Amino acid sequence: MRVQSKTPDIVEADLTPMIDMVFQLIAFFMVLINFNQTEANDNVKLPSSELVKPVDKPLDFPIVIHVGQDGRVFVGGEEYTVETLGNRFRSELAVLNAQKDLTDADANVIIRAHKDTATGDVQEIIRVAQDQGLENFALRVKEDRR
Amino acid sequence: MKFRGKADNQRVELQMTSMIDVVFLLLIFFILTFKIVEMEGDFSIRMPLSDAAAGSMDDSELPIKLRMRATPDGQLASMTLNDNSLGTDLNLLRETILSLVGNNAGPSVNGKGPEVEIDTDYNLRYENVVNAITAVSGYKVGEETVKLVEKIKFAPPRRE
Repeated sequence: MRVQSKTPDIVEADLTPMIDMVFQLIAFFMVLINFNQTEANDNVKLPSSELVKPVDKPLDFPIVIHVGQDGRVFVGGEEYTVETLGNRFRSELAVLNAQKDLTDADANVIIRAHKDTATGDVQEIIRVAQDQGLENFALRVKEDRR
Repeated sequence: MKFRGKADNQRVELQMTSMIDVVFLLLIFFILTFKIVEMEGDFSIRMPLSDAAAGSMDDSELPIKLRMRATPDGQLASMTLNDNSLGTDLNLLRETILSLVGNNAGPSVNGKGPEVEIDTDYNLRYENVVNAITAVSGYKVGEETVKLVEKIKFAPPRRE
């Protein structure tokens, strides 16, 4: 009967292919990561439309407003009501007016409303914004590639 | 002068463990923050407040009025375009707009051109309005987009 020698064999796993793969994966996710998602809000599922095209250049002085399904309004992570939204617009416009060669009419209100929200809530937001002198609105929708 | 003896065949072993730790952490970070980007676009609406008050009718064009009614649970009940009842058919809406707008269709020049005013019930689901705006704005032929009405505005909200 043969007895195997007890000297411990050091088994070296070849890590090179695994590291190659892992680096490939990291590179893939790094390239695809999109930090612009800060604009998104988890409460909002946009409606879709086949006619919209992704925006080529960002709008001047955007004010992004999120409207949740239950009509809750978020601007910059803070929750507002239709009544308090006017103050927010005023402070945004104060920032705008501090910049040269921009007037109130140059600001763009981007409305990201949930697809099941009541349209009246969106109309109320537009009305409040109009009261503050804003006139450009953009209804943000998802591109539908069917 | 002393010479150091050459170490023969000395194997330098890289310590892989810490690098693999960090690399896996990075990988997990990127996987967790990964989100498939959805392409988004805008429907632009210009609604200055003064427009409603002043009522500049010099181009003798009244906006086409689209009235949208909702069921109590927010679904689309019926649509009326300048008193023509359209039911809930968005294709019919598009065709009616096409026949109304006719040759004036297309991108508005100097802000002139046909305009549609959307007057909806307060509780109508927003998705229906976006569908109506899509039908009114144009249609797709293959990859090409044919534009119909570019100027869209909302009537004042109807309080419940």
